[in-house]
Amino acid sequence: MVSQNIEPEHYPRLYLYRRIVQAKLFIDRHYAENIDLEQIADEAYFSRFHFCRLFKNAYGKTPHHYLTKVRLDNAQQLLAKGIPVAGVSFLIGFDSSTTFAALFKKHFGVSPSGYQARQLKKQTSFAANPLHAVPNCFAETCGWK
Amino acid sequence: MITKVTHMCVYVLDQDSAYDFYVNKLGFKVHTDVPMGPGARWLTVTPPEQPELELTLFPVREGNVFDAETARTMTDLVKKGTFGAAVFTCHDLMATYEELKGKGVEFKKAPTKEFYGFEASFKDDSGNWFSLAQLNHEQ
Repeated sequence: MVSQNIEPEHYPRLYLYRRIVQAKLFIDRHYAENIDLEQIADEAYFSRFHFCRLFKNAYGKTPHHYLTKVRLDNAQQLLAKGIPVAGVSFLIGFDSSTTFAALFKKHFGVSPSGYQARQLKKQTSFAANPLHAVPNCFAETCGWK
Repeated sequence: MITKVTHMCVYVLDQDSAYDFYVNKLGFKVHTDVPMGPGARWLTVTPPEQPELELTLFPVREGNVFDAETARTMTDLVKKGTFGAAVFTCHDLMATYEELKGKGVEFKKAPTKEFYGFEASFKDDSGNWFSLAQLNHEQ
């Protein structure tokens, strides 16, 4: 079968995609702020309903769920750096560390403090013996052991 | 019986540059980044929604793995785009294409309609190319 270029016949409204991508990138950049999804929809020239539908089609999540995911993903990175849970909650844009902890546990199946303890333990282990991070066949081939 | 893939190796020309490309452009997550002695580093990243699959960003350089001639040959081959490393999938190809293009990712092929969905292909910062697909069953 011959490949068919999908521009523009399959995506006649490419400009809509560009707005949705801009909204996603806005969330990526400003996740730690008090983001008003209604405002993003307005700026993208969409009704909130239309915006949410197109966003979910593109990313598999509603804008609200995507924002939560971005915040929690960043929380993981901050926790792994040893920042206290309350500080992480503030840094990723949550007003309440209790709400943050509950969402984190629901999302990842472990509390923020439990996740942090596990990550710090792993880092300590890797610092003491970096080869613990590497499958043995690679370590041997690379001459690291 | 083999059950899963946990690690894949992508040969890169510069690990710092590859880190920036895979993390800041593609949105992958760093799984492991551990120094392995002078000039060596074990660096793996995972696709955003597949934390169990580590892509090892393995540097092409003269050393225990590559002798000088092999390192030169590999560098040339990677640079000229010989290696197709993997197929990545996304929920919506056009949105992902627009985003990555906006971040400066070089596409070899713009999105096209295929019998299995939609597909484009892009190159990483070293020259490895990847298919980027939106599969019919994900639509």
